[in-house]
Formats: sequence, structure tokens, C-alpha cells
Amino acid sequence: MYIKRPIEPLLWLLFSAGGVMAALVMPMTLFLFGLAFPFGWLAPPTYDRLLAIVSNPLTRVILFVLCSLSLFHWAHRFRYTLYDGLQIKHLNEVINMVCYGGAVVGTLVAAYLLVTVP
Amino acid sequence: MTPNTAYTPYHPRWHRTRVSTYWWLARGSYFLFILRELSSLAVAWFVVYLLMLISAVSTGNDAYQQFLHWSGTPFALFMNIGSFVFVVLHAVTWFNLAPQAMVVKVGSKRVPGFLIAGSNYAGWVLVSIAIVAILFIQW
Repeated sequence: MYIKRPIEPLLWLLFSAGGVMAALVMPMTLFLFGLAFPFGWLAPPTYDRLLAIVSNPLTRVILFVLCSLSLFHWAHRFRYTLYDGLQIKHLNEVINMVCYGGAVVGTLVAAYLLVTVP
Repeated sequence: MTPNTAYTPYHPRWHRTRVSTYWWLARGSYFLFILRELSSLAVAWFVVYLLMLISAVSTGNDAYQQFLHWSGTPFALFMNIGSFVFVVLHAVTWFNLAPQAMVVKVGSKRVPGFLIAGSNYAGWVLVSIAIVAILFIQW
């Protein structure tokens, strides 16, 4: 008999919710903060403006959901990438621990950082 | 893995050809598949980068300026240029697959795939415009 893992559907749900969030938000945000500002194509927002944006409660909730779901998206997809790409399914316990454990830790870090924004 | 399968001394051996560890290099479509799967690393890097930004903004203006300076260093640029390419790959492949994942029906007719993919792309454009507006427009 197989051991049933009823958590699997939840993991797929988090994977797909995170995939949608990441696809919608990341390209533009990374273009601005990763390319346009460092290369000087655009002037970055002032500190006061960015602080006002980040300390808004709605922004904090959105950023938290984005960070957490994206991390679970990464965990789930990367797990299967390792399984399929490198054929190391026999290491599944270690892989699961690193992937989902990493997502849980990242979620806690995100929660802490967003709660402590002044 | 079937841990509870009964052990028999003369268990039949199935014929299975061993798949190479580098199977994903055999064809262009396999390679694109593995690149798409690897985009999750860029997604994870983005979260790290975003949390560093949030942490800097929480700390104060000096930390924010330091972050902006750091974002121009070769390491950060390398990570962000690479991640940007992969994040876009993720977005495009994700939206293109949306019609397969979402079966939307109006009455008894299934909404055609291009409309579902199209509405996803429209959502992408709207969110991107909203991000620019939030960051730059003076209210």
C-alpha cells in the first residue's frame, strides 16, 4: 500500500497561486529595481515615498502574500526540477526539507520584516 | 517507492532503459522545459532581493541609499539581469499554459484558449502599470 499524503493538493494550490503572483508582479518590479534604477535609466523613488508605500497596511499584506506564495511556488517547482532533471528522487526527504523548510523560514522572515516596518 | 512491497527472492526484472542524467540536453524542447522549471530559482532570488529592499527601507534612508548603491555592483546586476530573463520566461510560459489549466464555460460553450491567455496578459499589463503608478505618480 502507498502512504497517502493529503498535503499534496495544498502544495499544488500554493504552487499555482504563487506562480500567478510571481508572473504578474515580478517582471516589472525586477525591471525597475534590478535594471532601470541601477543602470540610471530612471531615477529611483525617494526614500520617503518608498517608506510611505511599504508602511501602508494593504501594501504589507500584498507583499507578504507575494513573498510567501512565491517561495512555496519555488519550493514545489524546484523539488520536481531536482527529481526530474537530476533524477535524485531517492533524496526526497532531504529535498523536501530544504525546499518547503526554506519556504516556511522565508515566510517567517517576510512576516517579521513587514510587521517591523516603521 | 513502495516500501511495503513483499520481497521475493526471484523477483522479475523489468526491462527499463536507463535515462541519461543529461536527458534534458537531448532536444531543444526538453531544454526549454528545464529552463522553464529553473525559473523558480529566479522567483526565489526575487523574494530575497525584495526582502533586502524592505529591510533597508525599514532601517532608514542611509540603508536605502546603500541598497541602491549595492544594486549597481556586478554581482547584483548579474543576478538581476539573469533573473529578469527567467522571470519573464516564467510569466510568458505561465500565461500561455493558462488555457490548459482553466476551463471556463459560458453557458455550455467553452471559452476559447486565446481569450483566457489574452485576459491573463491583460492582467499582467494592468498590474505592471499599477506598479509604475504607485512608485512614480504624484497624487
